[in-house]
Amino acid sequence: MAKSIEVKELEQVVIRFSGDSGDGMQLAGTIFSNLSAAFGNEIITFPDYPAEIRAPHGTLSGVSGFQMRIGSKKVYTPGDQADVLIAMNPAALKVNAGFLQHGSVVIIDADSFQQSDLEKANFATDNPFEELHLDYVQVVAPPITTLCKHCLENEVTDNKQALRSRNIFALGLVCWLFNKPLETAEHMLKDKFKKKPDVLKANLLVLNAGFDYGSNIHAGVSTYRIDPVSLKKGLYMDINGNKATAYGLIAAAEKAGLQLFLGSYPITPATDIMQELALRKDLGVKVIQAEDEIAGVCSAIGASFAGCLGATSTSGPGLALKSEAIGLAVIAEIPLVVIDVQRSGPSTGMPTKSEQTDLMQALYGRNGESPAVVISAISPIDCFDAAYWASKIALEHMTPVILLTDGYIANGSSAWLLPDLDDYPAIKPNYVTPDLQPGWTPYQRDPETHVRYWAIPGTEGFTHRIGGLEKDFSTSIISTDPINHGQMVEARQAKIDKIAEFIPKQEIEGDEDADLLVIGWGGTYGHLCEAVEIIRQQGKKLALAHFRFINPLPENAESLILRYKKAIVIEQNKGQFANFLRSKIHGFNPYQFNRVKGQPFIVRRLVEEISKLLEE
Amino acid sequence: MDTVQNNNYEAKAYKSAQLVRWCPGCGDHGILSNLHKAMALLGIPPHNIAVISGIGCSSRLPYYMNTYGFHTIHGRGAAIATGVKTANPDLSVWLATGDGDCLAIGGNHFIHALRRNVDINIILMNNKIYGLTKGQYSPTSDRGFVSKSSPYGTVEDPFRPAELTIGARGRFFARTIDVDMKNSPEIMLQAAKHKGTSVVEVLLNCVIFNDGIYDNIVKKEFRSDRTIFLRHGEKMLFGADNDKGIVRDGFNLKAVNLNDGLYSLDDVLVHDTHEEDPSLHLKLALMDGSDLPVALGVIRDVAAPVYDEEVDRQIAEVRQRKPFRSLMDFLKAGETWRVDN
Repeated sequence: MAKSIEVKELEQVVIRFSGDSGDGMQLAGTIFSNLSAAFGNEIITFPDYPAEIRAPHGTLSGVSGFQMRIGSKKVYTPGDQADVLIAMNPAALKVNAGFLQHGSVVIIDADSFQQSDLEKANFATDNPFEELHLDYVQVVAPPITTLCKHCLENEVTDNKQALRSRNIFALGLVCWLFNKPLETAEHMLKDKFKKKPDVLKANLLVLNAGFDYGSNIHAGVSTYRIDPVSLKKGLYMDINGNKATAYGLIAAAEKAGLQLFLGSYPITPATDIMQELALRKDLGVKVIQAEDEIAGVCSAIGASFAGCLGATSTSGPGLALKSEAIGLAVIAEIPLVVIDVQRSGPSTGMPTKSEQTDLMQALYGRNGESPAVVISAISPIDCFDAAYWASKIALEHMTPVILLTDGYIANGSSAWLLPDLDDYPAIKPNYVTPDLQPGWTPYQRDPETHVRYWAIPGTEGFTHRIGGLEKDFSTSIISTDPINHGQMVEARQAKIDKIAEFIPKQEIEGDEDADLLVIGWGGTYGHLCEAVEIIRQQGKKLALAHFRFINPLPENAESLILRYKKAIVIEQNKGQFANFLRSKIHGFNPYQFNRVKGQPFIVRRLVEEISKLLEE
Repeated sequence: MDTVQNNNYEAKAYKSAQLVRWCPGCGDHGILSNLHKAMALLGIPPHNIAVISGIGCSSRLPYYMNTYGFHTIHGRGAAIATGVKTANPDLSVWLATGDGDCLAIGGNHFIHALRRNVDINIILMNNKIYGLTKGQYSPTSDRGFVSKSSPYGTVEDPFRPAELTIGARGRFFARTIDVDMKNSPEIMLQAAKHKGTSVVEVLLNCVIFNDGIYDNIVKKEFRSDRTIFLRHGEKMLFGADNDKGIVRDGFNLKAVNLNDGLYSLDDVLVHDTHEEDPSLHLKLALMDGSDLPVALGVIRDVAAPVYDEEVDRQIAEVRQRKPFRSLMDFLKAGETWRVDN
C-alpha cells in the first residue's frame, strides 16, 4: 500500500454508486451529489435503477446505480466512463465492468464478494477482477459489512441496521476520497432520518467510520480535489427534471393567475411529477390521482373547461391511452398541458430506461386532422422553462400542448439557480370581454391569432356549449357541412402554425460558419453539446441546433437549417425528428445517427460519428 | 350540493335555442323538459350550471340547455365532470349519460365518481339499447335479448344500475320514468340537493330500436300495480287504491294486499332514504315488477364526505399551516445554497 497520499486536482470526475436495488445506492449518490453541489461544483446526476422494487438479491438484474459527474467547470452529461465505481456486490461489478477505464478506482465490499455472491452474479471463478480482465483498475476492498458491524457493536441497533448502513460507509469513504468534509453529509442525514434517531445515530457513526477508514488505512489510492466553479451569484438548489416540471407548471399558473389542476395516474418515470404537485397543496395545487390514464387527462380537460390550468402527466403507454381525449381538447380548443416523460417502448418496454421514441405519437397519434403543439425539454433544469412555455402556449392559444421530457432528464439532476419570475414572459389567456356581446359565439376567433375566446363557466352572459363534434365556423353550432369542415380543419391548423411567431427563435451553438450542422432535440442536449465541444476543441468547425420547440418549429428553423452544407440529426429513436424535418423542410435530407438502447448516448461514440462526417 | 337560490328563473331560461334533434317520440324529450323544470325549481342561474355528457343519443342533451355545456367523448363524461366540479365547486355540475356510455365504455369512471363521492348529478338514461349506432344490445339488455349484434340473443347478464351504484358505495340513487312529468322534476331536484354523487336512473323508451321495453311496467293499466313510488318517511304503499304494501319477509321483501286480512298497515315498511346500511335500499332498488313492484322515487339519500369539498378543505388546512404565498417563497425555504463569489 502507498504510504503517501497524493491529492490530484481534477476538472471533473465521474462517480458511480452501484449495488443491489435495496442497498441504498440512490440515497448515497444523492447525498454525495448534493454536498458537491453545495460545495460549489457543477453536478449532473443519472440514477439508473431496475423496474423491480427488490429484484432477486445479488443478481445482475437487480443492480441499481446512481451516477454523477462533478466538475470545476461546466459539465454537460453524467459521463461515459467512471473514474470511481462503488460496487457493493459482484453483480454491480460485472454490470459496470465496461464502464471502467484505465486507473479507475473501484471500491468494493470485500464481505459481499464471497463464493455464493459470486455465483449469484454468474462468476465462474473466485477472482472476479481477473475474470472480467480488469487489470487496469485500482481496487479498494474494505470489509464494509464487518466494519459496519464493529462500528455499531455497542448500539441498540441490530445487525440488520449494520447491513443497511453499508451505503453510508461507502459514502464516508467517497467523501474522504474527494476531500469533502463530513459536515454537509451529516446535516443531510440528520434531515433524512430526523424521525428515526437510532437509524440516524448508526448512520452517523458508520459515515465517520468510512471516512476514517480512508484516512487511517491509507487506502492506497490517490485522493481528488475538484475546485468550486465560479457560478452566477444567487440561490441554488439541486433539482431533477420531474420536480422542475412540476414547478414550471406552478410558476405558469401563478403568472396567469389561475388555479393549477393535475389529473394523473401513477406511471414510471413520470409519477414524481404528480407526487410533487400533490405535496404542493401549500401552494394551492389541486391533484386528482385518477382511476386511469384516461380519467387523468379527462379530469384535466374538465378542469380547464372550468377555468383552471389543466395538466396531466404520464409516460408513453399513458399517452397512448390519452390520445382520444387530447383529440377532444384539439377540437373543443381547450387549454391542456400533457407531459410525457418518455421511456423505452413499445408497450411496457423498459419502464425505467429512457428514450426519445414518442415524438411521432405526440405529433400524430390521434384520429383526424388533429394538430397539437409539441415541445421538449432539453435538460433537468430546462424542464422548468419547458413546462412554463407549455402552459403559456396552451392558455394563450387554447390548445393542448404535449411536453416531451424523458426518463434521463426526469430523474437526472443538476444545480439550479432559482429564477426570478419577473424575467418570465406574461401569460395572458384570450378571455371573453363584455364588448364581444351581443353576437359572440364560442368558436369566434381572434383575427390575428386564430384563437377562440375563452368564456369560463360562471361568467354571466356567455353560457355556451362546446364539444367533440364539428361545428360551424360562424355560428359555432354543430355542423356536418363538408365545406365548413374543410374550413375548420384549416382554421385549427392555422392556429397552431401561427404559434411559430410567438415562440423564441431557434439558436445555433458553436460555429455559425461551419459546414456541418448537428441537430438534436429534447433530453440529449448535454451529450450533443459535449460531443460538439470536444470536436471544436480539436480545431474543427461545427454547429449545433438543439430544438425545444418542435410543432410548430420556430419561424427561422428552415432558413437556418438550409444554411449548412450538411446536417446530421442525432436522436434516440429510428429517425422520428429527422423524418419530421424532412416533411416540413422541402429538399432537406439530413444524415442520421440513431441509437435505441434505453441508455444515454455515449459521448465518444457521438464524437466518432460526427468526426467521420466531417472528414467525408 | 347545489344550494337552492331565490332567483326566479322559469324553466325556459334553461332552454337553449338549438333545434332538438332526437327522434319524434323519444323519451329524451321528456327528460329534457323535466330537467329544465328541475333547474327552475333549483333556481341556480344558468351561467353557474355546467352540463357534461359523453357520447350517445342521451349525450346530445347539453346542446339543448342554455347553460355551460360540454359534449365530450364516449364514456368519459364522469371523469370530465369530476374535473369540472373539483376545479370549481361553485358550479352545479350535471352529467347526461346513457346505459352504454355510462355502464360499458364509461363504467370505470362511473364507479370511481361514486366511490369518491364528487358532487355531480348523473342523469342515467337507460333504454337498454345502443341507439345512436342503430341498435346493438347494451350492458343493461336482458339475457337473451335479440339485437343487431346479438342476432341469436345475448348470452350474458345485464348490469342493474342500482346494484352497480350501491356496490360502488353510491349514496344517492333514484329512479323515474321518462314520461313522468309530475314526479321527475322533483326527483331531479332532490338529486341536485344531495351532497355528493347522485344517480337518477330514467327508464327511457327508444321508439326506434327498443320500443315498448318498459311497457309491462309503465303502461297506464300496469303502472299502479307494478311500480311503487317511494317517499322518505312514508309507508311503502302502492296499487290503484294504495291497498298494497311492502312488508319484511325474513331477509326478503314481500308485496302484500292489505285487504286480504293477513297484514295490516302496521306491517308495511316505512321508507328511510337516509339509512346508511345499503341492504334494504338495494332490495328495494332491485324489485323488478314481477313479484315486487319496480321502485320509483328517491331510494337512497345518505350523507357522506364530499370529494370536491374535501379537496378544498385539505388545501385550506395545509395553507394555514404553511406560510408560502408563492412558488418562490416555497423554493427559497427549501434546501438551497447561496453562491456569492
